[in-house]
Amino acid sequence: MGRRAVLIDDLDDPAGWSVAFRSRRLPGVVDVVPAARTVLISCDSSATLAALDLDDVVDVVLQGTSGVAIEIPVVYDGVDLDHVARQTNLSVAEVIEIHSRTTFEVAFCGFTPGFAYLRELPGILHLPRRETPRTRVPAGSVAIAAEYSAVYPRSSPGGWHLLGTTDVILFDASLSDPALLKPGDSVRFVPQ
Amino acid sequence: MTSFVEIVASGLATTVQDRGRSGYAHLGVSMSGAVDLDLAALVNRLVGNRPDAAVLETCGGLTIKAAGALLIAGSRELTPISVSDGRTYTLDAEPGRLWQYLAIRGGLDVERVLGSRSTDTLSGLGPLPIEAGNRLAIGGESDPLVATEVAPLRARSNLIHVSEGPRTDWFTGDWLELLTRHEWAVSASSRVGVRLEGMPILLGRRDQLASEGLIRGAIQVLPDGNLIMMSSDHPTTGGYPVIAVVDPDCVASIAQRAPGTKLRFNGLPIRR
Repeated sequence: MGRRAVLIDDLDDPAGWSVAFRSRRLPGVVDVVPAARTVLISCDSSATLAALDLDDVVDVVLQGTSGVAIEIPVVYDGVDLDHVARQTNLSVAEVIEIHSRTTFEVAFCGFTPGFAYLRELPGILHLPRRETPRTRVPAGSVAIAAEYSAVYPRSSPGGWHLLGTTDVILFDASLSDPALLKPGDSVRFVPQ
Repeated sequence: MTSFVEIVASGLATTVQDRGRSGYAHLGVSMSGAVDLDLAALVNRLVGNRPDAAVLETCGGLTIKAAGALLIAGSRELTPISVSDGRTYTLDAEPGRLWQYLAIRGGLDVERVLGSRSTDTLSGLGPLPIEAGNRLAIGGESDPLVATEVAPLRARSNLIHVSEGPRTDWFTGDWLELLTRHEWAVSASSRVGVRLEGMPILLGRRDQLASEGLIRGAIQVLPDGNLIMMSSDHPTTGGYPVIAVVDPDCVASIAQRAPGTKLRFNGLPIRR
């Protein structure tokens, strides 16, 4: 992907791959960005890129590297709970039960700083995004859309279905480690 | 007395910029930084600053007032200028260059966020955009002054070198011809990206690409067949297929062009 970056495609576990690759702390590697199926590695120069031995990296990944386990307290008071229950033919209590007993994994971040796409949402809760996005979703909103769950780090427009709220800070730019949720971390939502 | 800069007129799209924040893209934080890194480094050099000192970036109409004597360099004149206490200086737009830079000896001392003083206009990280009445402190990020040097700026061509891919297999078979044999016109430009219109490049498949990482210079093909090149404040991931990546030396050549400017792409061999 250009002279200073390479896109690794068709990965089963891009987040795990990126954590393993990042742990090698290779000089000249600027960013390692997992996404749904890929990891983007960008370097400070084309020379650094040319020197990367990606086969070597694949071996490292097989050894496995796991992230941190994080619990997020949630008040399940979201405005879309009834809608989600109707669309999935479940009761509100069942929606909450399924969401809160799932162990999610941070697949990747994007959209806004600290916005983590959490995979492993059970298929019964997969719903397309709202046809009309809300112009403002409050910070701390716990939501689902398609095969992901997420928490909005700050107030922003959004088309996901809102299940609840948390007062946990997802992103604090004053910290050197600013994001609570990083690719590879596991996440559970704890009803309050 | 401590010197500072007072903003008299904020001008258009004026922000503080340095070389940006790297290493946080996996958390959804883009690089940001000056759109034209070479030009920002050049005005810094003219006042003896290090290349990563924070400067003002503007699309023109910026007027500052000096509190204390300042040594400054604007990208219009490309020469150091002494501004005495209470005097003003204006940096205007000029044809053929969208983004202008103003360096002040010592650099602007606004608070760093994640290692950078840059305003990220997409995520809101960094200092607020500049407004009239703002007072900006001056830092100490300068080296001993050297004699004024000639400041040649590399001529910028309208022929843009690109590396193909990675998603060329998503388009109809004539994609390379459409990309490289016809002119593309800049239709809109911001710190986030530059839109280009030309002979539309059509998708050759119906499924949707899953979101994947983006870099500055990546050219996405939009559903209408037009292009958007990622600039400084680009989102860290996106779901439109990337047809080519602009050579790092040519990114500012696109980003500096005013809407209406016509460009051509020159494909470089694929590198993986």
